[in-house]
Parts: sequence; C-alpha cells; structure tokens
Amino acid sequence: MNFGLAVIAAILLVAGLTLYAVLGGADFGTGSWDLTAGRGTRAARMRALLHSSMGPVWEANHVWLIFTLVVFWTSFPTAFASVMSTMYIPLFLVVVGIILRGSSYAFRPLARGTWFEWPSAVAFGIASILTPFFLGTIVGGIAGGHVPLGNAAGNSVDAWWNGTGIMVGLMAVVTGAYLAAIFTMADASRRGEDDVAEAFRRRALVSGVLVGVVAIATLPVIHTDAPRLFDRLLQGPGLVGVIGSFLLGGVTLWLLWNRRGGLARWSGAGAVAAIAVGWALAQAPYLLPTTVTVEDAAAPSATLWALVGAAVIFVALVVPSLIFLFRLSLTDKLGHDLPPVDQEVAGV
Amino acid sequence: MDLLAARNLQALSLGFHIILVCFGVAFPIFVLTMEGLYLRTRDDLYRRIARRWTKAMAILFAVGVVSGTVLSFELGILWPEFMAKYGDVFGFAFALEGTSFFVEAIFMAIYVYGWDRLSERTHFLSGLPIPIAGFFGSLFVISVNGWMNNPVGFEEVNGVVSNINPIAALFNGFFWHELVHMLLAAIIVAGFMTASVYAVAMLRGRRDRFVRVAMIVPLTIAALATPAQLIVGDWAARTVTKDQPIKLAAIEGLGKTQSNAPWHLFGWYSASDGEVHGGIAIPSMLSILAYHDPNATVQGLDSVPVADQPGAINTVRIAFQVMIILGSGLAMLSALHLWVWWRRRRIIKGKWFLFAVGAAGPAAILALESGWITTEVGRQPWIVYNYMRTTDAVTSATGIPIALIAMGVVYLGLMFGVIWALRRLAHSPEEPERPPVAPRAAS
Repeated sequence: MNFGLAVIAAILLVAGLTLYAVLGGADFGTGSWDLTAGRGTRAARMRALLHSSMGPVWEANHVWLIFTLVVFWTSFPTAFASVMSTMYIPLFLVVVGIILRGSSYAFRPLARGTWFEWPSAVAFGIASILTPFFLGTIVGGIAGGHVPLGNAAGNSVDAWWNGTGIMVGLMAVVTGAYLAAIFTMADASRRGEDDVAEAFRRRALVSGVLVGVVAIATLPVIHTDAPRLFDRLLQGPGLVGVIGSFLLGGVTLWLLWNRRGGLARWSGAGAVAAIAVGWALAQAPYLLPTTVTVEDAAAPSATLWALVGAAVIFVALVVPSLIFLFRLSLTDKLGHDLPPVDQEVAGV
Repeated sequence: MDLLAARNLQALSLGFHIILVCFGVAFPIFVLTMEGLYLRTRDDLYRRIARRWTKAMAILFAVGVVSGTVLSFELGILWPEFMAKYGDVFGFAFALEGTSFFVEAIFMAIYVYGWDRLSERTHFLSGLPIPIAGFFGSLFVISVNGWMNNPVGFEEVNGVVSNINPIAALFNGFFWHELVHMLLAAIIVAGFMTASVYAVAMLRGRRDRFVRVAMIVPLTIAALATPAQLIVGDWAARTVTKDQPIKLAAIEGLGKTQSNAPWHLFGWYSASDGEVHGGIAIPSMLSILAYHDPNATVQGLDSVPVADQPGAINTVRIAFQVMIILGSGLAMLSALHLWVWWRRRRIIKGKWFLFAVGAAGPAAILALESGWITTEVGRQPWIVYNYMRTTDAVTSATGIPIALIAMGVVYLGLMFGVIWALRRLAHSPEEPERPPVAPRAAS
C-alpha cells in the first residue's frame, strides 16, 4: 500500500525534475546564447528574440524547481534533509545564480541604455551557465552515491565535485543551450525572421552534436565512479531512456537539418526528458544510492495521500492555465517584452 | 555560532521576502481596481495608472519569485533536522502553496505581457486569478508558520512522529488569526507605501490628477484595513496568551506570574531580577490585553526554566512596542483621512498630511518587520513550539557564517537593484494618453 504511494511520489519527483530539465534548462540555455551572440544588428535581434521567447514564461518554468523541492521534502523528508545539508555549497551557489538571473530579467527593460545594461547582461549570462552546472553537480552527486543519510553527513566538497557530478553539470549546461537554440529557432521562423532562425539552427546543430559528445564522455566517468548506475544504464532498465534519447536526438538533428523547427522542439525536448527518465530508472529502487530506497525514505501514507490530493488539484488548476499561457505565447498573443519605457512614448 | 549565523541568514531572507509578499498579495488588487475603474468609466487616466503600476508589479513579483525560491532552499539547507522530522507533517500546505504560486506566476505573465494585445475584457479577467492565487499562496505559507507555533496533527512518542493528519496540521490553532493579520498587513504595507510615493511627488510640487488619484486610492484602501488590524491584533494577542503564554510574557518582560499584570511602555527588561526598568508602567494593562480583565493572572517567564524562555526578551519587547506605536499612528492617520474623505470628498489640506502619508509607507514596513520579529523571536528557543528546539534543528555543516556574509552582500545588491529599477521607472516618461495600439490590433 505505502509502496505504491511511494512510487507515485517518486514519479511526481522525476516528472517535476524532468520538466524542469526541459523548460528551466531551455531558459538557462538562452543565457549561453545571449552571452555569445556577439555584436551588431543581427546579434541585437537574436538577443531580442531570446528574451521575447522566454520573457512571459520564465517564471512559470522555474516554478517546476519549487514543485520538485516541495514533492521531495513532503514525500521523502529525511532523504531531502540529507541532500540539502550535504550539498549546501553548490546549493548556495545555485541560490545566488537564481537571484542574479531573476533580477536581471526584471531589471533588463529598465537597464537598457544605461550604465547598468552591460553588468546586468554579463551577470545574466554567467549565472545562466553556472546555475544549471551546479544543479547538475548535485544530481550527479546523488546519482553517484555520495549522499549518505544524515545531517550534513556527506563530504561537503567531494559529494558534488567529482567525476559524475561535473559531467552531469556539463550535461545540464549543454542540453539547456541545445534546447534554447531549437526553441528560439522555431520562434524566429514562425515570426519570419529567417536569418535569425538560420543562426539558431546552426547553433542547435552544433550544440546537438556537443550534447552527444558530452553524453558519450560521461559514460567512462560513470563507469569508474558509479559502476551500478553504469550497468543499469547500459544493460538494465535505464537502457530504455538511453536508446530513446539517442533515437530522438538523431531525429532532432535530422529535423534541424531539414529546417523543421516546429517538430524539432518536441523531439529535442523528448531527447532530454528521456535522459532524465533513463537515469531515474537506472537508479531505482534507490533514492540515495545505494543506501536508501524510495520505499525506505517515503513519508507515512497519510502524507502521501495528501500529496496525491494536492497533485490532483495541481493538475486540475495548473495544467489548463499553463496550456493557456503557452498557447498565447506560441501564437504571439503576448507582448514580446516589457515595453522599454522610452520607446513607449514614441508609440511603439 | 553556526546557529546564530543560520538564524540570521533565515531572518535576512524572510525579512526581505515578506515585504515583497505584501506587494504580491495586495498590489494586484490596486492594479485591477484601476483597470476596473477604467473599464467602467472609460476615463483614460485610470488605464494609464494601471499600466504604470503593472510595470512596478512585474518587477516586484519577479524579485519575489527569486527571494521565495531562496526560502524553499534554505529550509532544507539550514534546518535539515526540522525538515527531516516534520517535513511530512506540514508538507501538504507547501504542496498547495506551490500550486497557488504556479497559477499566480502564469496569470501574472499573461496579464503583464497581455496589455494592449488581449481584448480588454480578457486582459482584465486574466488578472483576476493573480490576487486569488496570491491569497491562497500566503494562506498556505502562513499555515506552516502557524503550525510551528501551534503544532498539531501528529503524535510524537520518544522522538518518533506518527499518526500524521496533514489536514489537521494545515488548520492549526494559529492559522486563522495569523492569516487575517498578515493579509491586512499586506494591504496596509502596499497601500501606504504606494500612497507615500505619490505624497512625496506632491510635496515636490506635482499636483496633477494622475498623482492625486494614484495616492488617494491606495491610501483609502489601506486606511480601511488599518482599524481592522487593531481588532485582529487583539485576537492574536489573546490566542498567544492561551497557547504561547511565554511569548506573551516576553512581549511585556513579565518576570513573575501575577494578577493585575502591568504593561510597560519603553523600558528595559533585566534578566537578573525579572523586572522592567525605566519604562512607563500602565497598571493591569497586560491583564486587560491578555484576558480583557484587569484582575486576571498572567503567566510570567519564571513559570518555565530559563532554557525554555526566549533569550532575547528585549528584542521581542522593542519589536512589539514599535509595532504597536506605529500601528496606532497609522490607525489615527487612517481615521482622519477616512473622516475627511467621507464628509468632504477631499484629502486633508496642509503639508503636514503629505509628510505624514510620505512617512506612512516606511512606517508600515517597519511595523510589519517588527510584528514578524515579535512572533518569530518570541517563539524561541523552539522551532516547533514545545517539540523541537532551534538548536536541534540546525545543520551540522560548518560554512554557514561564510554563506551569511555572501548572501548579505547579494541581498544588499538586490535591494539597491529594486530601488534603482523602481526609481528609474518613476522618473521615466508617463504612459501615452491614448493606447498606442488599438486592442486586438496586434499581429
């Protein structure tokens, strides 16, 4: 009875994390392209498009992180406390990154044309790369079995600054950049900005190949650092995710090559989601490998029932709202940006 | 040492976020009021005010999103024992809070980015879920704070938590008064703060209709909420008396249990003799405050061992007095304004009134922070009242003082960023008189 509920809670946790990896990851990815767009009018249009694609949805995308945290602590409180206290160094770095990113989103329309524009753009770009990296190191540290049960019981540095952690951190950065390039390419061609779409298509192809390279380079690292994870990724249940990701990734590259950005959006997201699901399947039944299983760590059934109830309310309220938001955003029914205050007088 | 660093870091993060919460809950009501007035009267001024406030709302909401995310991290980073033991008791409230927050973020985006692009009716309707979701979001967070003060919905035997009832935990005994107290505080803070910006503009010589309307509407809403807050404050004090007598004793610095307990204005509590020195004593006032009866016996700090008393009695005392004094001042200002508005349909003439409104915004924020310090420091040494001590909840990690310094710098920068952005917004040219793009005309 409690086992079934614990599995449901674990599925909610993985679902939240996967959605965050796709939606939040793409949002982080815009920062990499913003930082490397260069100078000139096309670069300015690329930046404008990056921000107009993400402006209306970034807050909603980041709520998936809060969703994940809340499900984690409600369903598996002791494991949550162990992870948070052991991983406090990368977590604080993530916190700083989130503050810098969110506030530069908020201040950007006002910063345009002032001394503050350049520092806030740089802060935004750097935070966009470091935040997903450190989030990835935490996930990698957990997957590599570096978090023991207890209050700050693990080594506060070695737990995340290790092979698996660093590789998963890199994966988080490159998959985000890859998704951001695909999503922005699709938005650009829908709005008829063909040269910008082409620029992002090239970036999507390059970063897509890069994702593959980093993924393959990660395997030998996992082999030494977390042999059980390695075995179950390539020979066990995780293989489903690995193959799925490989196929979807290939399909995405083919779609990009043929300039089918609208479809590539879905297959690219699916490829990233498949990695996350594959990892979860490979790690099962452990929540903290290889000491604490999902069943061991689960909260009592009354709590899990309440969580299921909350999840039903969540689906009933959030999913339709979210579809409404994305439909408005994808059909350009929402403004592209907070109007910069000076232009508005000119009637733009 | 690390306990102190962890507490200060949590206090810093919450103290910052709580101001943004007030704007998150109450400001959308003001913006929608203006847009609603526009839709009813077709007076373009209201639309211009609503558009301008939308930008400020978007900035404050975005900063609130990040400072709120920080809090959900810090609960686990700083207080792992608390989360490990009780996370499954109160987690349900946070799951519902996450849902509310999600809805709020979605409709905030639609409303902010939908101006002049959605039809007027759709745009106004898309704004309505924002204050509703904001209300429920703060409801669930406050439920958790109420639970920490009044932990129910579980059993604990030899340190093992069992028989969890998440619904009972959600609707704990402190839930209702804390909720109403906080919601009124949100309206008061956001209302006076907004009015105060325009009062300062009037003092600087701007007297046009835009400034007048933008001051009077939030001022009047806040003025209606302030007297109600006094009544709710009384309700809160009596609930604290019943369930947290030691917090009440700390509010006064009442060393010994006594009948006809006095209340001291100002003064300094001395732990060595358990008396307040140098204050103005009002005989039997604490008994009246706590029980509405001058002869009632009020429990003193000495009824529990020193280890179970809040260490910082004077912090609690000063915070409570600041809240009471500022709250009473705001209530008097509110009453005067409401009287003149009701009788004469105009604001009070004279520069002193604009100075008073200009000061009312910062005063409301100070009162908010003081009230929050009263309840949080007054709860000590407990993180979960009478169940878990704060010192038993804290992380074993050693680097928290460094994190405190780093986060202090980050928050300082964030605060300057917010002030810079809002000032720049205030100094930017006004909204155009006619809509630049006709509704629905967008691509």
